[in-house]
Amino acid sequence: MFALLRDRKVRGILFQLLTVIGLVAFLWYIGTNTVHNIEQRGIRTGFGFLTGTSGFAINDSPIAYNETYTYWRVFFVGLLNTIIISVIVIFLSSILGLIVGVLRLSNNWLVAKLSSAYIDIFRNIPILLQILFWYNVVLATLPSPRKSIEFFGSIFLNNRGIYVPKPDMNSTTIGVMVSVVFVFVFAFFLNKWANKKHEETGAEFPVLYTGLGLLVVVPIIAYFIFGANFNFSYPHLRGFNFTGGKTFYPEFLALTFALTIYTATFIAEAVRSGIEAVNKGQKEAAASIGLSGYQALKLVVLPQAIRIAIPPTINQYLNIVKNSSLATAIGYPELVTVFAGTTLNQVGQAIEIISMTMLVYLVISLAVSAILNWINFKMKIKER
Amino acid sequence: MKSKIAKISIAAIAALSLSASVASADTLSDTLSQGYLKCGINSGLPGFASADSQGHWSGIDISVCRAVAAAVLGDKTKVKFTSLNAKERFTALQSGEIDLLSRNTTWTETRDSSLGLNFAGVNFYDGQGFLVHKSLGVKNAKELDGAAVCVQSGTTTELNLADYFRKNGMKYKLVAYDSNDQVLKGFETGRCDVITSDSSQLYSLRIKLKNPAGSMVLPNIISKEPLGPVVRQGDDKWFNIVKWSYAAMVAAEEAGITSKNVDSMLKSNNPTVKRILGVEGKLGENLGIRKDFAYQIIKQVGNYGEVFERTVGMGSPLKIKRGLNALWTKGGLQYSPPFR
Ligand SMILES: N[C@@H](CCC(=O)N[C@@H](CS)C(=O)NCC(=O)O)C(=O)O
Repeated sequence: MFALLRDRKVRGILFQLLTVIGLVAFLWYIGTNTVHNIEQRGIRTGFGFLTGTSGFAINDSPIAYNETYTYWRVFFVGLLNTIIISVIVIFLSSILGLIVGVLRLSNNWLVAKLSSAYIDIFRNIPILLQILFWYNVVLATLPSPRKSIEFFGSIFLNNRGIYVPKPDMNSTTIGVMVSVVFVFVFAFFLNKWANKKHEETGAEFPVLYTGLGLLVVVPIIAYFIFGANFNFSYPHLRGFNFTGGKTFYPEFLALTFALTIYTATFIAEAVRSGIEAVNKGQKEAAASIGLSGYQALKLVVLPQAIRIAIPPTINQYLNIVKNSSLATAIGYPELVTVFAGTTLNQVGQAIEIISMTMLVYLVISLAVSAILNWINFKMKIKER
Repeated sequence: MKSKIAKISIAAIAALSLSASVASADTLSDTLSQGYLKCGINSGLPGFASADSQGHWSGIDISVCRAVAAAVLGDKTKVKFTSLNAKERFTALQSGEIDLLSRNTTWTETRDSSLGLNFAGVNFYDGQGFLVHKSLGVKNAKELDGAAVCVQSGTTTELNLADYFRKNGMKYKLVAYDSNDQVLKGFETGRCDVITSDSSQLYSLRIKLKNPAGSMVLPNIISKEPLGPVVRQGDDKWFNIVKWSYAAMVAAEEAGITSKNVDSMLKSNNPTVKRILGVEGKLGENLGIRKDFAYQIIKQVGNYGEVFERTVGMGSPLKIKRGLNALWTKGGLQYSPPFR
């Protein structure tokens, strides 16, 4: 027995075990103690409140919701809105960041200067101010609903949002949507095939143009196959406001613009440092074998630069998720606004609600890093 | 915004979990030993709580803080004010960041029963109303079907709004913000057609607009909003002190004692006046505070009527009529339990 204890490995495991037991006991003690204290003070505890009726409305919900739904539903509405805004901003800021990052290194003096001015300005203004600026200054100056700016008689822009026609979910609509997904899946495999062929035979296949072509042709064919029956619900002015169609509210727009423009500056910097880190010899070699500037960028420089740019970009994606909670300032109903804010205030159970909210952010953050680490791994330079 | 949430949650978790003794805490001795009262108030609501250019607070809610400070510490200036928005207020009280919440807070069953709070009285009987742009041509809330409505989130206002439109089979577009300033901005920039809030506040909101004449308050009152001071549940002694400090202001008005005549009233023959002012009996001592607590309140802060006129009534820019807030003897609801 004692001889065992003298074994370093066994001792190590034993101490770790003791530490874990101690930690769990400590957390358990704090937990029960907390619940006891809170109940002593007449504050309701536990998660029973989640099944209660919320009694308040939410202005922008991706799923069916009104004041007769439960707090559980409020939680999901908030969560979905957080996810929606994050995904959209991640997508847009990646594209914008990539473009600006490349342009910043352009040989054209004006283009390079404009890009670097954009980065310097928007990176250094606090994000909350930018959100308030878009919301209270830019979008608020749009005309009132009755004087909306109109496009083609069916798209309306005013200080309450952008209103666009929305197709009814009939067989034609669904058929066309499925066909679009199909084209993307097809393009993915086409690209794989083309790469393989390129490696084996050196022959080029125009994947991009083929893909774009299919993206136009296939949905049109699908449209006719599935009954050629698009039915739009059009926005129209009724009383004070527009109804019908799909609305993008100013809260959503301001948050999307501000977060995209802000985060893109950081991504652009990541891309730029990635490009600059690519060995000069690589560019010269690309030029010497007769690749054009664009070809060198696309085939030689960017593939290497992006690998370097991925880790800092991961961080920016995580920041997007966290910064989306600044929406409380303008009332976009994401998780912190409707759950850690309004719900907390109506039911007063701070510990339960804040824990749930923190858990969500933790899970999202871990998931995003896991996904990107995986991509990082897949994109590692394969030694041959 | 983020830091505020972090602040609340850390304060809440730390305070709620670690201080096993707080449940039985003695707020009175804490207040006496620190030498000031920790009072949570609105960050700026003319008539209820507003600061002048020197940072000096006044308003009908402020008076309650001052009355309790006068009663407990003998000095109405010994108050540390903490401005709170609607979402922060209850957590601040639960966690002990403040010991008294006097921030136009509506007394409801949920708040009383499940938030660990006690309401110590009603210092303003209010009801919810609507403020609209005149250009809409709306004369009654029943014509608001389809309107976009600005409201402060985390309030009873938000709940009443949903009830009212549901009850009347009307639709509305919610625009919810967590600060009053953003509510005003939303209304001014045209993001919403209507503001809804406690009607006392509609008038002060209206004064803050760039063009007050362009808007009007609708005649409808859609809810009951008894606003009053709140304390933590579990400290009955403190609860009693706050309850009777407020009652003293009303009792003083009932008995005709004012800040001007209070010294001469000390010589009054009226037994009620004698008991209120602590000349006879042991009322203050029973509460565990000074015998002349009501005298201090009346002398330093004034009776309920005086405070009302000065802060929200005819002596103020708001010019709100006594209405429901008149004494019960004058057709209102303000009524003090007997001082005996
Ligand atoms: N009495 C209601 C509403 C209280 C409330 O917060 N009202 C808002 C306006 S509707 C307010 O006072 N805002 C001032 C501020 O936050 O600065 C309640 O207790 O929920």
